[in-house]
Amino acid sequence: MGKYFVGIDLGSTTAKVAVLDEKGALIRSDYARHGAKVKETVLEMLRQFGDILDGHELAVSVTGSAGFGVAESAGINFIQEVFATAKAVNTYIPDADAVIELGGEDAKILFLTGGLEERMNGSCAGGTGAFIDQMATLLNVPIDQFDDLAAKHDRIYPIASRCGVFAKSDIQPLLNQGARKEDLAASVLQAVVSQTVSGLAQGREIKGKVVFLGGPLFFFKELGRQFVEDLKLDDQSAVFPENSQVFVAIGAAIGSRETEPVSYETLIDKIESAKPAAMAKSMPPLFADEAEYEAFKKRHASHSLPRIDPKTYEGGAYLGIDAGSTTTKLVLITEDGGILYDYYASNKGNPVSVIKEQLYKVYDICGDRIKIKGSGATGYGETLIQSAFGIDRGCVETIAHFLAAKRFLPEVDYILDIGGQDIKCFKIRNDTVDSIMLNEACSSGCGSFIETYASTMGYTSAEFAKLGLLAKHPVNLGSRCTVFMNSSIKQAQREGAGIENISAGLSYSVVKNVMYKVIRAANGDSLGKHIVVQGGTFLNDAVLRAFELEVGRDVVRPAVAGIMGAYGAALYAQQTGCTETGLISREKLDTFTHTSRMADCKLCGNGCHLTINIFDGGRKLISGNRCDRPNGISKNKGLPNMFAWKYEYLTALQPKKDARRGRIGMPMGLNIYETLPFWHTLFTALDFELVLSPKSTRQLYVEGQHTIPSDTVCYPAKLMHGHIEALLKQGLDVIFYPCLPYNINEKTGDNHYNCPVVAYYPELIHANMDALQKVRYLTPYCGIHRPHGFEKRFSEYMHEEFGIPRIETVNAVKKAYTAYHDYLQMIKDEGARVIAHCRAKGIPMILLAGRPYHIDPEINHGIDSLINSLGCAVITEDSVYHLAGKTKVHVLNQWTYHSRLYAAAKWASSQPDIEIVQLVSFGCGIDAITTDEMRDIVEGAGRIYTQLKIDEINNLSAVKIRLRSLLAAVQGRQKRA
Amino acid sequence: MAKLVYGKDGRLLFTKEMKKEYTILMPGMLPIHFSLLRELLVLYGYRVELLDYTGPEVIDTGLKYVHNDICYPAQLVIGQFIHALQSGKYDLNKTALFITQTGGGCRASNYIHLLRKGLKAVGMEQVPVISVNLSGMEKNPGFKLTLPLMLKMIYCCFYGDLLMLLANRCRAYEVNKGETDRLVKQWQEKLISEISNPMNLRYAYVKQNFSRIAADFARIELKLEPKVRVGIVGEIYIKYAPLGNNHLEEFLESENCEVIIPGLMDFISFKADNRYSDAELYGGRKIARMVSKLLIDKLDIVKTDMRKAVSAYPQFEAPNSFSHLKELVKGYVGYGNKMGEGWLLTGEMIELIHENVPNIVCTQPFGCLPNHVAGKGMIRLIKKNNPTANIVAIDYDPGSTKVNQENRIRLMLSNAREQMRLQQEQKSESKTQEKETVSVS
Repeated sequence: MGKYFVGIDLGSTTAKVAVLDEKGALIRSDYARHGAKVKETVLEMLRQFGDILDGHELAVSVTGSAGFGVAESAGINFIQEVFATAKAVNTYIPDADAVIELGGEDAKILFLTGGLEERMNGSCAGGTGAFIDQMATLLNVPIDQFDDLAAKHDRIYPIASRCGVFAKSDIQPLLNQGARKEDLAASVLQAVVSQTVSGLAQGREIKGKVVFLGGPLFFFKELGRQFVEDLKLDDQSAVFPENSQVFVAIGAAIGSRETEPVSYETLIDKIESAKPAAMAKSMPPLFADEAEYEAFKKRHASHSLPRIDPKTYEGGAYLGIDAGSTTTKLVLITEDGGILYDYYASNKGNPVSVIKEQLYKVYDICGDRIKIKGSGATGYGETLIQSAFGIDRGCVETIAHFLAAKRFLPEVDYILDIGGQDIKCFKIRNDTVDSIMLNEACSSGCGSFIETYASTMGYTSAEFAKLGLLAKHPVNLGSRCTVFMNSSIKQAQREGAGIENISAGLSYSVVKNVMYKVIRAANGDSLGKHIVVQGGTFLNDAVLRAFELEVGRDVVRPAVAGIMGAYGAALYAQQTGCTETGLISREKLDTFTHTSRMADCKLCGNGCHLTINIFDGGRKLISGNRCDRPNGISKNKGLPNMFAWKYEYLTALQPKKDARRGRIGMPMGLNIYETLPFWHTLFTALDFELVLSPKSTRQLYVEGQHTIPSDTVCYPAKLMHGHIEALLKQGLDVIFYPCLPYNINEKTGDNHYNCPVVAYYPELIHANMDALQKVRYLTPYCGIHRPHGFEKRFSEYMHEEFGIPRIETVNAVKKAYTAYHDYLQMIKDEGARVIAHCRAKGIPMILLAGRPYHIDPEINHGIDSLINSLGCAVITEDSVYHLAGKTKVHVLNQWTYHSRLYAAAKWASSQPDIEIVQLVSFGCGIDAITTDEMRDIVEGAGRIYTQLKIDEINNLSAVKIRLRSLLAAVQGRQKRA
Repeated sequence: MAKLVYGKDGRLLFTKEMKKEYTILMPGMLPIHFSLLRELLVLYGYRVELLDYTGPEVIDTGLKYVHNDICYPAQLVIGQFIHALQSGKYDLNKTALFITQTGGGCRASNYIHLLRKGLKAVGMEQVPVISVNLSGMEKNPGFKLTLPLMLKMIYCCFYGDLLMLLANRCRAYEVNKGETDRLVKQWQEKLISEISNPMNLRYAYVKQNFSRIAADFARIELKLEPKVRVGIVGEIYIKYAPLGNNHLEEFLESENCEVIIPGLMDFISFKADNRYSDAELYGGRKIARMVSKLLIDKLDIVKTDMRKAVSAYPQFEAPNSFSHLKELVKGYVGYGNKMGEGWLLTGEMIELIHENVPNIVCTQPFGCLPNHVAGKGMIRLIKKNNPTANIVAIDYDPGSTKVNQENRIRLMLSNAREQMRLQQEQKSESKTQEKETVSVS
């Protein structure tokens, strides 16, 4: 009998087997999810193939990210999967130019023309199959319906796909605002497309004949369609092979031609005998035995609220609703705080309909005996729920949780809430919520991660948690974000860890993530002595236990841990004196309707994506807006906003008309926001027309996205690629973007550097944007910190480059310095003016401290307007830092912009009417140092430190909660004082 | 017990008195280099101990006491220190720490402060931290980098570079397994015992030693079969420390590769050159320029002698001069690109490719700022100008797994093997009559 060629492709989530005959024809193939049981799944598949394989000589190769371990210990040939793909494509589609292959956790592009070149996603790139799975769970759409749904979309929202966590923070608010699932599904797929095209291609254009491979592209036709559209391909140039999901396995089969053939029995034996590698690092078990677990359960059961039978209760009641990010919680309590009814469930992407149903239930329970006196709403969906159902009070989440926690532990000094996607912790000092910490974008999503992971493994999250309780050797999975954890799990599986140990390990990871990444505590004592934990994730006993072990003390988990927000909202309604509720009546519920549509606000440059919710009777609620203008309210109009003021000043600098020496372009980003007055004066004096790139927009970013080589760099840097593209489009043939490792020495620190990215980004642009070869792209090193040296060198430079007499440049440079110093002084003067104005009128101020380029509305996403809408004025760090003088810090104070931060924070923390909020761009390495130091400065002065992380994400719900919490805490303080 | 003395800046000083009683811990990075440096410091009257523990507790400790978004090397180095201090092995009132400080605009200049914050958090503020730097930052009465000491340190590091270079070459091709490692050990011990006599650190003697070392390694029997040659470049700690790069060198050797790691001393020349280039670019006192130039020249002399010793044997490949390296980056980055590894990193990649090592692992901590530009940012242009270049950038951090890293490196290796096969096919076609042993390509 002839020889057969067998290819086995073991990916992160699936196993694929393909068998070819000697002529290369595909005899059989199969595809199955392996649920981490890689070896067993392969064996089962091969046994099913027994009828055709038995009796043949088999040449076998293994490929795939989970394949190496098996191949190595079974002694079977291994082929790296990109190579397997290339082999298959060369054989079947020899004229292909490029291949896009998406897998469970990998995404790859192969360029075939002009030598094989390939790209794989880095460790922080989640735009893959697993990402779509996660998003489907979030949308509560069965994965097999996802594609159909996406096909019916009307519009696409911008969603970050770099990692699942980011995307969640984009999608969740859209869901809560009532965006259509069809549109969201399509947006998720589109996010994968742009991630692949921009993040992966890294500057190389995808053109010619493109082959699409891998599970996601096979199952989601809409995904392929969006790729075709984005890459502007046609029917001839876009190839979707018939066997795309087993294509790589076929490649492995082709690649096995040179291997020594074995018999069917030998193959089975070899795989069967494959030993898992050494045991993964393990952690102490959660519980030594069943008895210890029982004692634990008993202890926690004691923290409960009285349950009152609604059938017998007569009197007043309060309703609380917590419309959280993924779940909706509702509770009805008696005037003594006893629970009459509670509800906790996933909101399935539509909190409004869930609550409508629940309100019917509540009215049924109440009958004539129970009278609802007041109602309160909290959580992401607070405003929506409030106006939909006439809820009396809206309450910031943090306050709601504090009120609830106090019921269980009056002396509570620390509250930790782990919900579906957020981690919130706050310290209580003097009966006020004091310091608030929320998880940053990169580490969030842990609670729902367990849920998602459990369901991919075929368990409910409760079953999954239970598995881990008595595990003997929990795996150490580290404490990073979910994308990393996925690969840690993969590795643990490869090393033979069972599901129970993975479950327990995940619980430890969630806890470690909170402890070391979010709270950054060295030990349990630094949290507090009386800790209350809550939120849905703590309903999981394994997580709770891991937390107690990690902090080294017992904590209180209220028996109603999942509904604390709702409970607090009800208490809030009661404590703020509600007696007559405006809650929608039972009759009105019958005629209640809710529809929503999307619109783009055109009232200003922010271009907010608005959701217009329309209820019965034409009641309307607009959400998604940063400021009050779409609602027609303008009570906060005209509040001082130095972000906007600075931005307007800089963008209004006019280029010289009819300049003798022609046009010079500069990209408007990064440190140009600081030095523009300098360059503007300099070039104008030299009779150039200085043309700036247009205002940043999402679209501008997208235009340059394909030339970004490093995905983890900050968003302000990434935007530069778009600005350069824009300048090229404007037809400029000279672009000036200088390298500035140093700033002018303001003598506020130990040195006066720029960060490495700001300093050298011009060189990165040069190396990655081919289009610049057609123009003169000038990136001289400019030492503006040494005026004399600069004058000399720059006049030399301009003489060489443009033939300008040296004396002209010398004079222009002198003017430039004067203009720059005037500009800096002007900001300080404006700061003084604003502060005096606010003090005279009693307007509270927020010092919004960041970098010069944070005033770009595309970078700050309108946080400044949001602050105005909350009734506060915005002042900048560079308008006040000089008031503090040199500030002593515990780090090397060597970056100018950061020195300003420290000094501004030091000064502002001594001003009772100024609160401090720091803006931090995601990926800013320097801020790993500055944020801790800022916290020390601000908290050291007894003030509240608030940090807002910003990225390409443009949704402000979380920011709003933080700012409201801050203002609520400030009010609490003032009341006390 | 020594009195705790604080400087004007509030920093705990390492006093002369402490020099007598204290044990100073230094972190592990380059085993050979650092063991020689340790010996040298002992000669100068310091009681120094080299930390070599690399178990999982190191990173666990690091994660606890350092901001988790800071570079991975900081987490490892600080983790290693605090873990050692917590081990109970050292008297906390008689222990100090050595840490290097480069003083550039990169985050690394702040490690020392993060270490102090960590010590504070763990209640060990009485442990003095000594900055080792060439920029005159943070002086301590009890520790002085004198010119003679600096010169000797330079010699020791060149020894280390030489041994590393020869060992990597020989280990890949040795006929008798283990012979190279034995010789490395032998020389390491010999050099350590020699250091105790200052006469042995005169330059004339060092120079002779270069030749002796090269001669000894030249006696190792090699079988120069074609092998995939892989260069390792990147952020300095991750590039060299096995703890940082998940034992990258071992992994590549297990994949049957010859590993080439550019030496440490170019980094020192680079740092000296930064001062020189800054003065050229922005102006400044002539004296600063001259002092830097002196140091660069001295390093150049030693490197030239080391190269001569190596190039006496055809089976070895001598590294290029620093000035050659500097020449290579023209058209890529400017000499003002100095933070972190700056232009040196770009230069090392190009040098490797020119020296027939087109396969490169560019290592960096996750989110490394300078490498956004000088590493990852330059790969595209390097590939464009050098079509054979086969570079993979790998990020390292506490959460990245070996599986993912190795899968990406394997992809690079598959490419390399394919390239090698093609080249050999071409070769065998073009010179069928020649029967010489194939030289390594």
